[in-house]
Amino acid sequence: MFEIFRMYFSYPFVRYAFLAGILIALCSSLLGVSLVLKRFSFIGDGLSHVAFGAAAAATVLDVGNDTAVVLPVTVLAAILLLCTGQNTRLKGDAVIAMISVGALALGYLFLNLFSKSANLTGDVCSTLFGSTAILTLSRTDVWICVLLSVLVVCFFVIFYNRIFAVTFDETFAQAAGMKVERYHLLIAVVTASVIVLAMKLAGSLLISALIIFPALSAMRLFKSFLGVITASAVLSVLCAALGILLSILFSTPVGATIVCMDMAAFGLCSLAGMLFRR
Amino acid sequence: MPQILCKDVVLGYEGNAVVRHLNFEVNRGDYLCIVGENGSGKSTLIKALLHLKAPMSGTICMGDGLEADGIGYLPQQTVVQKDFPASVQEIVRSGCIGRYGWKPFYGKKEKELAAAHMERLGITHLSRRCYRELSGGQQQRVLLARALCATRYMLLLDEPVSGLDPAAVQEMYGLLAELNQKENITIIMVSHDVQAAVTYASHILHVSEEPRFFGTKEAYLESGVGRAYLSAAVPARTMRERVPAANAPEHHFDSKVRSGSCFTEAGGEQHV
Repeated sequence: MFEIFRMYFSYPFVRYAFLAGILIALCSSLLGVSLVLKRFSFIGDGLSHVAFGAAAAATVLDVGNDTAVVLPVTVLAAILLLCTGQNTRLKGDAVIAMISVGALALGYLFLNLFSKSANLTGDVCSTLFGSTAILTLSRTDVWICVLLSVLVVCFFVIFYNRIFAVTFDETFAQAAGMKVERYHLLIAVVTASVIVLAMKLAGSLLISALIIFPALSAMRLFKSFLGVITASAVLSVLCAALGILLSILFSTPVGATIVCMDMAAFGLCSLAGMLFRR
Repeated sequence: MPQILCKDVVLGYEGNAVVRHLNFEVNRGDYLCIVGENGSGKSTLIKALLHLKAPMSGTICMGDGLEADGIGYLPQQTVVQKDFPASVQEIVRSGCIGRYGWKPFYGKKEKELAAAHMERLGITHLSRRCYRELSGGQQQRVLLARALCATRYMLLLDEPVSGLDPAAVQEMYGLLAELNQKENITIIMVSHDVQAAVTYASHILHVSEEPRFFGTKEAYLESGVGRAYLSAAVPARTMRERVPAANAPEHHFDSKVRSGSCFTEAGGEQHV
């Protein structure tokens, strides 16, 4: 077994994938806590479909680096979804469902109509489930991952108390003089960026799992906000590492394996939570 | 100068006025209850007092050392909070959020302030407990401690006793009366519980389309609006027995007028 790992890890692209995977898992789990608590669990799903649509459009338009198209489009969608959610009468979940299905359909349509690729099904499949994309990460992609993770972690540490205040009670925070809209905007932008990166790891259909599972698992066990955030980050990193290693060992799809690890962790945490409450 | 002075305020949504010609003032140490039917504009008034929503016309002036973000606000509980994983300490400390500037973490001062308010409300022993596991009354104490962290002068409470059991309701009213009388903290409370309003408050503001009332509790009890509203809620005789004689707190007017600011329909703030 160790021989297999040593062989695989002698390739730089495997090391990149491992590092990037862990960093992405860390970022998405941090975000997840506040998204789940704010009842925005589905935002990840919606945005990833938008990102899929944008990626399809980028492929069709033959843009060299598709992140340059996907990131701005997703950020824009995130701002629309998270920042107008409170005021409009068209409620959050309906808007998310609409946008995500719409983007998915458009993306697939574009690919079918205009793609020059010989293996269309394979392309779509890897964008949706991220099966092989993680191994084709370039050095630049990994650097972007590292940079973004550092930014996200700094954002969380510096604004920790404010994020708590806004998540727990928006009206109170606003009444106490906080500019709540700015935090919504920041969280929207960070969410979109994390999702665009995570697409390479888990594919657009599986990203939500990276966002919601660690947070939900941590909530079974911990009762303070700090505890939940820390546990969620640790769990997510562990699951991602384990998932990547297992996928190498049994040559299973990376994204799906990580999500299975997250599910298993959720099951264990629920069980432990029930036992401790007794 | 009063802490809050509302002059001819019109409030509403998207051009439709809900409340018109609202005139009232709140002085330091007052205990004002805002009563009125559902949909009469009570929550809109709260938003205007917190400067979260500009009045359509008229001015709301703050004075006597009070700023809009120096009001300790106790909102109604939201669905999100019902299963929120947070310790009591974390929640109470978040009351300091408005006053500590750009520092990333709470300093010693904020932590001590939070601890002092938890001690005063008797929830120090709960500080490590999870908020969602507390009883309704304990949860309200936590939110009250948080509101106290945000203010020195004034508490604004939105239906603070809704959903509490009778014992917890009495406790809550007792606490508020104590804060009002001992610490001279002004209290503005929106309430459906009109009996409690006339028992504890020093002033009543009855909000509705027409007729409207603002004045002391004693005057409210004699007024047509008050009688009609109260008799709908409870037989008049039992209600009067509940009213303790002359328990209105003494008013402490600051002779020194400090600078205040006004909130007008223009949306901007002007310092006076």
